[in-house]
Amino acid sequence: MGKTLFEKIWEKHVVRELPGGNALLYIDRHLVHEVTSPQAFEGLRLTKRKVRRPKLTFATMDHNVPTDDRFNIKDPISRAQVEALEKNCKEFGVILYDLKSELQGIVHIIGPELGLTLPGTTVVCGDSHTSTHGAFGTLAFGIGTSEVEHVLATQCLTQKKSKSFKVEFTGRLAPGVTSKDMILKLIGMIGTAGGTGHVLEYCGEAIRALSMEARMTVCNMSIEGGARAGMIAPDDITYQYIAAGNRPFAPKRDAFDKAVSYWKTLPSDPDAAFDRSLTIRADEIAPQVTWGTNPGMVLDVTAKIPSPDAVPGANRKDVEQALTYMGLTPGTPITNLKVDTVFIGSCTNARIEDLRAAAKIFKGRKVAAGVKVLVVPGSQQVKAQAESEGLHDLFRAAGCDWRQSGCSMCLAMNPDQLNPGERCASTSNRNFEGRQGKGGRTHLVSPEMAAAAAVEGHFVDIRTWSTGYKYPVLGV
Amino acid sequence: MTPFKSHRGILATLDRANVDTDQIIPKQFLKSIQRPGFGENLFFDWRTLPDGKSNPQFELNAPRFKGATILVTRSNFGSGSSREHAVWAIQQYGFKAVIAPSFADIFRNNSGKNGLLTVELKESEVEEIFLMVGRYSGLEATVNLDEQRVTLNLAEEISFHFEMDATVKEHLIHGLDAIGLTLKHAEVISAFEAKHDPQLSQ
Repeated sequence: MGKTLFEKIWEKHVVRELPGGNALLYIDRHLVHEVTSPQAFEGLRLTKRKVRRPKLTFATMDHNVPTDDRFNIKDPISRAQVEALEKNCKEFGVILYDLKSELQGIVHIIGPELGLTLPGTTVVCGDSHTSTHGAFGTLAFGIGTSEVEHVLATQCLTQKKSKSFKVEFTGRLAPGVTSKDMILKLIGMIGTAGGTGHVLEYCGEAIRALSMEARMTVCNMSIEGGARAGMIAPDDITYQYIAAGNRPFAPKRDAFDKAVSYWKTLPSDPDAAFDRSLTIRADEIAPQVTWGTNPGMVLDVTAKIPSPDAVPGANRKDVEQALTYMGLTPGTPITNLKVDTVFIGSCTNARIEDLRAAAKIFKGRKVAAGVKVLVVPGSQQVKAQAESEGLHDLFRAAGCDWRQSGCSMCLAMNPDQLNPGERCASTSNRNFEGRQGKGGRTHLVSPEMAAAAAVEGHFVDIRTWSTGYKYPVLGV
Repeated sequence: MTPFKSHRGILATLDRANVDTDQIIPKQFLKSIQRPGFGENLFFDWRTLPDGKSNPQFELNAPRFKGATILVTRSNFGSGSSREHAVWAIQQYGFKAVIAPSFADIFRNNSGKNGLLTVELKESEVEEIFLMVGRYSGLEATVNLDEQRVTLNLAEEISFHFEMDATVKEHLIHGLDAIGLTLKHAEVISAFEAKHDPQLSQ
């Protein structure tokens, strides 16, 4: 019987089978950031251990970084955490992209930019959104601080092989519908624990049609469906992305050709068996908007806020709690919800294509009165690219705040936070209570939907939004 | 890691599904570079009112749960962020074990590395514990890892068997150092590295 993409990568990385169905798995790339690493480095110091492969370990700071004046971290505890990473990288010989570096950015944005993320490799990071890198046909997953220490010391992890889950998107997306809507639709169907214990493999015509950046958005949110990882088989689009631009760690010339011939062996064999599978018609997907307090609480933009007993798979009490927290009344059309803040950023949607998509909407338009818009590029390279295309001028002309790179209001560890009761259209990945600031109310959407909500002051169906927008009006 | 063999303590219930790690330990407390100091901020946004006072509506603030060491909750506990600080906060608050119908993968891994026992019981069994805790104030239970059994401390014996990964169980019972164990395979790792190209990964 054939093998899946996941099985092929898994088998290449088993250092040794261990009792109890576990394996010692080799890790090719270890990405490190300032929040989940200090206690791991301290653990190494206490046990007098070293970093086994410092050259396979790459660090940056992203969570605590202020996006207005990055060199002026006012919070002394945040500053201490950033300084601890500098000190640790120096002491243990780990490569660091610090705030002065033109290559700094959100860890999951810079990995692919630098050519660190390659098909067939294993990538881990003390961060659940490590699943992003799976877009390259990479086995990539988030780990906790104890496992960060384990990888630093041994370059391996003890793992039990996950089950496999194939998600096929047939057909093509309608104009205005994005890969963000695909992944939100899936999480709405399977729930936030639907992928627990599984590695997802996304396939089908609609996935093949996506750019690498759009694929990263899909894989990024695999964890929101509870999955260990999410993967997409590499193809010509993947190879072109790796060959393009300045990616210092990507193979070049002969090494690249040799790599491509190997990468071509990675896709799942036609007769490979999956533990579970699901098919979704991409052409039927509408723009998605989350209404509740986890990413599984999501609906088509054309829908109304549900009543507490009309949510499949959720119990009444949890839905009531979500509605109360979000300040929502059942029966309200989603397009009637007014927004106070719009956040365009995060490892989910802050790459150059996301910014271009938002900029298209803002071009020649103004942000609605009373709405605050924060546009935060995912990396300093994305920022430079956007500025070379004049996108920053376009955002500013519309009334948006153009910032420097970092995680920013996705988790609000830096000063970018919602106030209690504020409603936010956000391109990020989590609408948990208080995620963007205590009492803040988050609705997850695509960059296009977020930008259009900023212009109108409330959610709109991007497919039918008129005012001269170029997408054709669908439906009636 | 502190070994976990068997523990007897007061049960506390948290009647919510999909409790994410952002709730368990909110982001403003992730800035510490130390391991201690998280317990007092467990469930901070739920436990505390905006004026900083204790929220009387929040279940764990109920006087009858004072001193509780076993947390009983609903499905998909620990979803979301990989922050191990969530496990540290739960332990430092005083919990030794968490019982739920299911846990998120990363949270369960992190728990195992720190000696926090995650016990998966059937939905109906968890429901029964919820009922009993509601009925008997200060109800205690014994969680015996060796026998893989949770027993409620009642006149009529109510106990539940739970499944446990054999390796995780061994690590917990003996409080093993996972890194130390892997380093015993250092030669095998070196041999693997000699033939493995981490760029081409073949």
